[in-house]
Amino acid sequence: MQNYKKIEMIVGVFVLVGIISISWLAIELGGVGGVGTKGYKLIAVFDDAGGVREGSDVLLAGVTIGKVVSVTLKDNEEALMVLNINDDVQITTDSSLSVRTKGLIGEKFVRVNQGAEEEYLEDGDEFDDTESPINLEDMIGKYIFSGDAK
Amino acid sequence: MIKTHALTKKFGEMKALDDINLHVRSGEVTVIMGGSGSGKTTLLRLLAGLETPSSGSIFFADEDLAKVSRKRLYELRLKVGMLFQYSALLNSLTVYENVAFPLNEHTDLDKDVIHTIVTMKLEQVGLRGFEQMMPSQLSGGMAKRVAFARALAMDPQVVYFDEPTSGLDPISAGVISSLIHETTVKTRMTSVVVTHDVKAGLDIADHVILLWQGKVIAEGKPGTIKNSDDPRVQQFIEGRPNGPIPFSRSTTAYVDDLTHVNDLTHKPGCVRLEE
Amino acid sequence: MITAIGQLGRTVITGIEKLGDATLFALDTLRLLFAPPWQGKHFVMQIYAVGVGSLIIIIITGAFTGMVLSLQGYHMLVKVGTEALLGPAVALSLIRELGPVLAALMFVGRAGSSITAEIGIMRVTEQMDALEMMAVNSQARVMLTRVIACAVSLPLLVAIFDVVGLFAGYVIGVDMLGVNSGVYIGETVDKITLSDIEAGLVKSLYFGLLVGVITTYMGQRATATTEGVAKATTQAVMLCSVMVLILDYIITSFYL
Repeated sequence: MQNYKKIEMIVGVFVLVGIISISWLAIELGGVGGVGTKGYKLIAVFDDAGGVREGSDVLLAGVTIGKVVSVTLKDNEEALMVLNINDDVQITTDSSLSVRTKGLIGEKFVRVNQGAEEEYLEDGDEFDDTESPINLEDMIGKYIFSGDAK
Repeated sequence: MIKTHALTKKFGEMKALDDINLHVRSGEVTVIMGGSGSGKTTLLRLLAGLETPSSGSIFFADEDLAKVSRKRLYELRLKVGMLFQYSALLNSLTVYENVAFPLNEHTDLDKDVIHTIVTMKLEQVGLRGFEQMMPSQLSGGMAKRVAFARALAMDPQVVYFDEPTSGLDPISAGVISSLIHETTVKTRMTSVVVTHDVKAGLDIADHVILLWQGKVIAEGKPGTIKNSDDPRVQQFIEGRPNGPIPFSRSTTAYVDDLTHVNDLTHKPGCVRLEE
Repeated sequence: MITAIGQLGRTVITGIEKLGDATLFALDTLRLLFAPPWQGKHFVMQIYAVGVGSLIIIIITGAFTGMVLSLQGYHMLVKVGTEALLGPAVALSLIRELGPVLAALMFVGRAGSSITAEIGIMRVTEQMDALEMMAVNSQARVMLTRVIACAVSLPLLVAIFDVVGLFAGYVIGVDMLGVNSGVYIGETVDKITLSDIEAGLVKSLYFGLLVGVITTYMGQRATATTEGVAKATTQAVMLCSVMVLILDYIITSFYL
């Protein structure tokens, strides 16, 4: 029976290490208990969502301040985006939004440019100024076209 | 104590036991004897409730083992011990833990009480001092004695012995036989022994049942069996290779198998003679 | 030709029969979890044998898997200049696929084979009957405890495998190959979602149950002779390994 106490101990440690491993994976990598339910929601309408997906980052001055909650089609011509912004971040009413790419072929994200107004956007407000992403193919097309004209 | 009524057990189409009616009396040593394949081990497993009969009934006291629930069967088994042919000690446990196993499982006895009981049982089989050995370190005879001590641990009313002396040297076999006899007399338990060891069987028996091909061919006191007129009984007791119980188990004519006649026309059970 | 087709038919029919038999066996065994008596202490003993016993091999396999993934991944990614994605590449492969599958395969070799062999030997030496005669339900005591121990141990082992693999991959990627540590961790945390971790753990739970059921079943149905047990052990290991890979494909197709 002395033996069993020892085994019980070892099994206890084993189970504990296993559970700590699972929790570490879930919290550190899975983002449980981090952002998600907290924060407030803002709405933006783009001509072109340019590949931004649910879960894409929202950056202000290069710092992540929230995530894209959903991207849906509005009136069959525009993209309606819902952003979840961290509570401690304030965005002016005249700020503008743009879709950018991390690196040359990296992931798409939404960039916020702060404006000069004293008033701030609140939960459910919509951005006035949105700038569609720079489309690499369009640019190349323009360049070739302009080259032709010369 | 135990009665069977029209007990039959089939494996597929083959009848291992056919219409067995027997009566094991309380406080006696009942020995079931028979050759290999006579169905004696099957009979013991049926009596112990390890198998269910194809038809018929087994009464343990007043309850039919073929009909009781699994829960009740486990309750009844607390009154029963069994010594297996290969001892069947749990090989992950020491000798002490093996003997203490049924006590730890089914009683709330204090550690010290269990220790006392285990020491007593081991003393009874002459193995006190071997508590910390593992079953793999024991010889066949010692393992059987430990298994005996384990079977007695719960002070059972009935103990079943499956080939208790097979595979043992004559001295160990004698020790086991005398242990069965003495314990039965001292503790007034009921013993059922299955064996093909004629001498040991007749020595310790109060009542003998002789099986042949799934049927009881003789029953009675050892003296009666020894003096039986039945040539099959005499052949078995004297151990003659030929007699009414044939040496050959083949059912076809030897000459046919040699000349390949049976390859096309063989019918089981048909015996052809040379034309 | 006809006999070949007949043979195939017979094989399929016996296969289906066995599958049905195994399913009934599994259900019958798992049902005992809710029947008294509670096998508490014996679950612990089996988790010790099955889970703790496999720990060393799991840690070694995990470490080398993480290391080789990092090394291999770096040399592929560096060609297209995207070595920043090394972290997520290693982490995703580990957490979603290689962790559960490799850990399960090692587990089959280490714990599964011994379960089948042990149960087979217990039957050959009449220990199962002895338990029954001592009024202990052998299916609950021997089969159920092992099935549950497998289902509990494997997810824990897979989590440990993942963590060890991630650290080993990090050490190779950052300290040896010189990927920026902040980028490595940042990209990994960024790309891995909870559903990846969930997928890995759900897989490992099913794998654990599968291994437990197959190995106990094979031990229980083995011919009760020494050759029978040896054969059943080999078959159990093969069947488990193949079934783990098949089940992996099925679960993956549901989670993507």
